[in-house]
Parts: sequence; structure tokens; C-alpha cells
Amino acid sequence: MSIVVNSVTKRFGDFVALDNVNLEVRDGSLTALLGPSGSGKSTLLRVIAGLEQPDTGTVVMNGQDVTRVPVQDRGVGFCFQHYAAFKHMTVRDNVAFGLKIRKRPKAEIEKRVRELLELVHLEGFIDRYPGQLSGGQRQRMALARALAVEPKVLLLDEPFGALDAKVREELRAWLRRLHDEVHVTTIFVTHDQEEAMDVAEQIVVMNEGRIEQAGAPRELYEHPKTEFVMSFVGPVNRLGYEFVRPHDLEIGHVPKQGAIEAMIERIVHLGFEVRVELSPAEGDRLWAQLTRQQAEELELAENQIVYVRPARKKVFDENGPRTEELLPA
Amino acid sequence: MAARGIADSRINVVQGSRRARLTMRTIGIGYLLLLLVIPVITVFIKAFEDGAANAWETITSPEGMHAFWLTLVMVVVSVPLNTIFGVVCAIVLVRHKFRGKALINSLIDLPFAISPVVVGLALMLVFNQRDGWFGPWLADHGIRVLFSPIGMIFATVFVSMPFVVREVVPVLQEIGDDQEQAARTLGANGWQTFWRITLPSIRWGVTYGVVLSTARALGEFGAVAVVSGKISGVTETLPLYVSKQYETFNVSGAYAAAVLLALLGLATLFAMNLIERGGRKRDQAITNTGHTPGTGLSRGEETR
Repeated sequence: MSIVVNSVTKRFGDFVALDNVNLEVRDGSLTALLGPSGSGKSTLLRVIAGLEQPDTGTVVMNGQDVTRVPVQDRGVGFCFQHYAAFKHMTVRDNVAFGLKIRKRPKAEIEKRVRELLELVHLEGFIDRYPGQLSGGQRQRMALARALAVEPKVLLLDEPFGALDAKVREELRAWLRRLHDEVHVTTIFVTHDQEEAMDVAEQIVVMNEGRIEQAGAPRELYEHPKTEFVMSFVGPVNRLGYEFVRPHDLEIGHVPKQGAIEAMIERIVHLGFEVRVELSPAEGDRLWAQLTRQQAEELELAENQIVYVRPARKKVFDENGPRTEELLPA
Repeated sequence: MAARGIADSRINVVQGSRRARLTMRTIGIGYLLLLLVIPVITVFIKAFEDGAANAWETITSPEGMHAFWLTLVMVVVSVPLNTIFGVVCAIVLVRHKFRGKALINSLIDLPFAISPVVVGLALMLVFNQRDGWFGPWLADHGIRVLFSPIGMIFATVFVSMPFVVREVVPVLQEIGDDQEQAARTLGANGWQTFWRITLPSIRWGVTYGVVLSTARALGEFGAVAVVSGKISGVTETLPLYVSKQYETFNVSGAYAAAVLLALLGLATLFAMNLIERGGRKRDQAITNTGHTPGTGLSRGEETR
């Protein structure tokens, strides 16, 4: 189901959570709402779900204005950051909840519950209570519960936010596979750019209640339209109006045109990646990202004086955003 | 071993030396004995001082039995009223935002703050048939509030109003509204959400509030004394009956009725204990069996 959000504004007292937001989500896509806390991403998700009413603007699903349709009639599946498991019910009853509300026949409910638990790999936990599950299992149960009613849209609010790094990574991969299997239009909220890049087909970057940019992960990374997007979707060095990704910093031992002199302060070995922290003769500190092989070839050492120049940089000035690339010398 | 040492020292910080511990225990238990246990036991002894016959007669006299039944009626009517009101009020206070919420919140404690006698007098002013606000109108329609069980129920409801609200509000705050929202997204309407999600989550708060309300309704004296007119066999509850027997020099009879009243109270507490023990045991089985090894629960995970 396609979703269109038209000029939605939402205030909480004096705080403007959403400021004239417009968004389009294609049927069957997997979209991430990415932004720092307080950027309005969760509010936007809750407006789409019907858990919040926008002050102005409309939400359209499959060409139908649903702005005034109450949440229980919207046919959305929603997953909460803290799972919102029904603690007094077993896993079976949790997953069956939506089906029981819809008064489906018992045998059908049982069959569907078993199918879904198989899908989320919780077959063996059907008679457990949420208190007996780990965080990752609870979130998978919550997903099964949301999927049980065959929602046309699946909305996930920081679904992996409360989990530790390893479980989070597993669930990400699992969510991507699930989306390939089920093909339900999915929107998830995250503040983790890596998670957004890893899982989503489309990323919507939000800041201060507004959408900064929407597009494919690669497009956002390569062609950010604003400084905010540039610095939020990946690491960045700032040189005045210019922004350089750490992997676009070239390090050499001889002065070249456009290169600045800097001293190596620290070298951090992270397996394949090597981080070089640099202190230039003037200006802010920089860091460069090299492969292990590059670092070895250059024979870098701490306290060494080197010359760095951006192979590729982004400029955000009055002439608009543009990329400047160094021609190979 | 090191961990053990830390645990031991922590116990010492809280409980102090052996002597300090014993002193604290003596003070605590002595206080309870002096103010609670000894007086109650004396009542039981006194009740049978003039022989069981008199005690039995006082209780089984028509006035005594009437007082007993009227007390039960007070409980059976006022407790459900306060339970329904209390739950609705708690939900409104916790889940809704509106102007004047703080005011309502403090108004709820009013029955605790003012003396029951004052409550009784206030009801007299409102409902007396000569110049009360509603009294004359109600009298014209054949309804008598004062000196009848209706007024006594008003008084009882008033004084026991805050218990359920005060027990349920913190529980609602603690569980948050995530589960209710989840139920809504799954298609449940407000009513279904309340019965299937909210009520099961707050049941212990409600139970405890009900028990406290019941105990208060059983024992209410001041407010009921003022509005009832204390008419024997008509508007006399057990506490009023006890007081009247005492005033008319049937001392052992008064104690016998008091024992009956105390037993009703004890039965309430006992019932509460039974329900709680059974229920909590089941809940513990649900939440505290820990996790089975290998299910992936690890440090840093949210375990709400």
C-alpha cells in the first residue's frame, strides 16, 4: 500500500514536532526514517499509524484520505521500541490478540499463530510468557503479533533500539529477509545511520521536524543536499565550507598542490580499517580512513609530518551543494 | 569470596550491630503489641466475661442482626460504586490531559483530609428536608436521604472514595500506555482494550483498593452516625450498634458485637491474602522463572 503524507504539521505545546512534512512511500518498499532524537521521526510514524492526530495536513493510504480514521481501523501493524508485549498473556495469546478481536474461528487462529511463530523462529516458545523471553525474542513476538492481522503497512518505532549490538545486527538481517518474503510496505524509525543504510531501500533524513532529504542510501551518501545530511549519513571532516569524508583524504609524504601540512597524532588499527588522526598546522583536527594495506605502504608513524589533501569534497555555499573532485595527478 | 565480603558489609550498613538490631526489633514489635494486639485481644476476652449467652443474645437480637445486615449492605453498595468510580477516575487522571487536573487530583484526597463528622454535617446541610439544597425537592418526590440507608450510603461512599484511585494511579503510571496503544493498533476499540489489557494489568491495585474500601466501609462511624439518626433496627450499622450497647451499659454485649465487627474485618484481610497469594504465585511463575540458557538474553537489553 502506498502512503502519502501531505503538509503535516504537529505541535506539542510550543514544540514543533513536525513542520509541514511531505513524504511519499511506494507500495511494497522498505523505508527508514533517520534522524537525531527530537527530529520528529517517531511523531511522523505515529501520525501515519493514527496514534497521533496531525494539527494540519493529511495522510493518504492507497489514494484514500485516512487522516480521521481511528488507529484501530487503519490496518497498520505497529512495533514499539520497548515491544509493548502483553505481559499477562502467553506468546500464543499475544500473537492471537488481533485475530481474536476480529473474531476469527479458533482453528484458524491457532493455525495462523503457529505459522507466524515459525516465521519469527519462536515455535518452541508458544506457551511462554513475555517475561520469560529475551529482548530480541520479545521484539520478534511483537512483529509476529503485528503481522497476524495482515497489515497493509508495517510501522516499526526504533525496533532494535533497546537491544545490544550483536542481536541488533542479527535482527536487521532478519528484517530484510522478512520483507523479501512478506512484501508488506514497511517504514522503520532509527537514529542509527548504519542501520538505515543496511536495511532500507529508501532513507528519509529528518531534522528539527523537517525532511532534509529522501532517497536511496547511496544517493544520500554521495549526493547529500545539505550539510546536515552530509554529516549525519557518514563520518565527515569539516574545512570551512568544505566537507570531506575520511576515506577521501589523501595522505602523502611530499607537498602537493592543495595539500596541507599535518602531524600524525595517533594511529588506530581496527582490523581492515586504519584510522589516522591528524593535527594540521592550522585549522581543526582531521581524521583519515585508510585500508590496512594503504597504511602499510605509506609506512605511517605517530608524530610524523605528512601532507593531506581531499581527493573529493563537498561544498555547501551560496552556489548550492556541489562535489569537487581532484583530477588524478 | 570478595563478593561475599561486600554483601556482608552491606548488610551491616543497613542493620547495624546485633544490639542495634535487637533494639529496633523490640521497639517495632512492642509498638504493635501495645497499640494493636493487646487492645484487640482484650475485646475478645471482655466479650465473653458475662458468659457466652449474653454475647450471643446481643448479636442475635433483631437489632443486632439488622445492624449486621445493614453493615453488609453498606459494603455491598458502596464498594462497587467506589471501585468503578476509582478505576475510571484513575484512568482519567493518568491517561488524559486537561485543565484543572491538579485540582481534581488533590480533591480526591479530601475525604482523607476532613473529619468524617464534618462529612456527615455537610450531608445534613445538603439533604435536610427543611432548607437543604436538594432535601425539599427529594422529599416532594418521596425520597428520604437523611435518617435512612440512602444517606448512610452517601456518607460511606464519601469517606472511602480515595482508596481505589490512590492504589490504581501509581500502577497505571508504572505500566505506561504502550500495551494499550499496541492493542489499538491491533484493532481493539477502547472498551476491548480496557477489558483485555488495562484491567488485567491493574488488577492488584484494584484488589488492594477494594480491600481497603471494604474495611473502611465496615467500620465507618462518624459520618454515618451523623446522617443516620441512629434509629435501632432501622439505620443502625454494627459500629453504631456497638456504641449504643456500650452507652446503655450492656458492656459485654458491646464487646461481643465488636468482636463480630472485628471478625468481618479480619475475614476481608484474610480473603485479600488468599487472592493475593494465589495470584502472585501465578504471576511469579509468569515473570520470574528467568530465562532458559541459550535464548540470547544479554547484558544491556531492555527487560521491561
